[in-house]
Amino acid sequence: MIRVVLPAHLRVLAHIEGEATLPVEGSVTQRSVLDVLEARYPMLRGTLRDHVTQKRRAFIRFFACGEDLSNELPDTLLPEAVATGAEPYLVVGAIAGG
Amino acid sequence: MSAVRLLVGTRKGAFVLTADGKRRHWEVSGPHFAGWEVYHIKGSPVDPNRLYASQSSGWFGQVIQCSKDGGKTWEAGGNEFKYAGTPGTHLWYDGTPHPWEFKRVWHLEPSLTDPETVYAGVEDAALFRTADGGRTWQELPGLRGHPSGPKWQPGAGGMCLHTITLDPSDPRRMFIAISAAGVFRTDDVGESWRPMNRGLRSEFMPDPTAEVGHCVHRIAMHRSRPGVLFMQKHWDVMRSDDAGESWKEVSGSLPSDFGFPIQVNAHEPETIYVVPIKSDSEHFPPEGKLRVYRSRTGGNEWEALTNGLPQRDCYVNVLRGAMTVDSLEPCGVYFGTTGGQVYASADAGDKWAPIVRDLPAVLSVEAQTLP
Repeated sequence: MIRVVLPAHLRVLAHIEGEATLPVEGSVTQRSVLDVLEARYPMLRGTLRDHVTQKRRAFIRFFACGEDLSNELPDTLLPEAVATGAEPYLVVGAIAGG
Repeated sequence: MSAVRLLVGTRKGAFVLTADGKRRHWEVSGPHFAGWEVYHIKGSPVDPNRLYASQSSGWFGQVIQCSKDGGKTWEAGGNEFKYAGTPGTHLWYDGTPHPWEFKRVWHLEPSLTDPETVYAGVEDAALFRTADGGRTWQELPGLRGHPSGPKWQPGAGGMCLHTITLDPSDPRRMFIAISAAGVFRTDDVGESWRPMNRGLRSEFMPDPTAEVGHCVHRIAMHRSRPGVLFMQKHWDVMRSDDAGESWKEVSGSLPSDFGFPIQVNAHEPETIYVVPIKSDSEHFPPEGKLRVYRSRTGGNEWEALTNGLPQRDCYVNVLRGAMTVDSLEPCGVYFGTTGGQVYASADAGDKWAPIVRDLPAVLSVEAQTLP
């Protein structure tokens, strides 16, 4: 199972307590993880990625295993530790605004 | 006994304020959607417990929330607002072409006859509709497809479709207002649109009387007389007696003809309310005195309503969606400020008192009169 940690506002929106745990089949990439996340929690569609372009929203960042993966290509494999569930995939709202 | 429910949208969440028909003691619930901007919440006139809220954030974009129990519980609806066809361009601030980009929903207007149907006015200016209770949204492209569309430009607050007014006597007719394009009217349920800006004069425009380009801040109508419209423009308070075909200025004795909201008394179609604001950049009440102005003559002659409102050192603004009326007798009038106060008058504006003083900046206030 893939572990996903969301920002607090999105956990409230999706009624998720703690981490989301997702069964991702096949290659574990940012695209496949986010596809499964949005399928299970459709209220998150459009909050992380643009509905049309599927590009990351400007003030959303993706991290795992201490690395910023925000600008990685969406079909790049995520680290093995994420794929095995040892480490979470982190969705982070940029520290900005008022 | 009847009751009043106020739906308050703020910069950091939504609040629901409720009182019985006397409107003396209020209960405050919220914040709902804490931390999110809530531009607008409105209930269905057919089923007052069906509420629709526009929730947005610079981080996470647009969310639509729907309630079937008067705001006790909420369920996220669909949030995909996709422009029909190839969106094309409008004009940017510098006059260059700029692609249409959806930013947020400014206004939600539930149908007068069907609780599942709601119109949404969005930025960049376009009109959408749901017919399934907010699950999916489709653009009514005839508006943005008007030949003037590629020449529309944003106002300082963005290019927003901020006002939707439905004609209770004609289900095919509605009015919308866009900053800074002006008023448009459809007589065929949104299929085609005509600009309704004759008589408006905006000195900042190269052609001050152009067909489009006016920064209309709000329009209001009394449901018993849908051919009469009132408008608060960037400057000038205006009136139309022919369903928007022509407008005349009724600013009259106001201390400033700039402001954002305008409202009509629920029982007196010639009694209207505005909140004059000093402009162009200050956007606070003249002389630091928060005054609602009431005209009982449909404009031109105005009286200051000050009883209970701060008359010194007050530098808040009242935004375009932040004033409303209930339909009790006498008419209740309500407005919210950027300082977080929501003021109420249970006697048509004669006396005022704050319901709450320290909310986040208020973006919108809607009243529901409940049985």
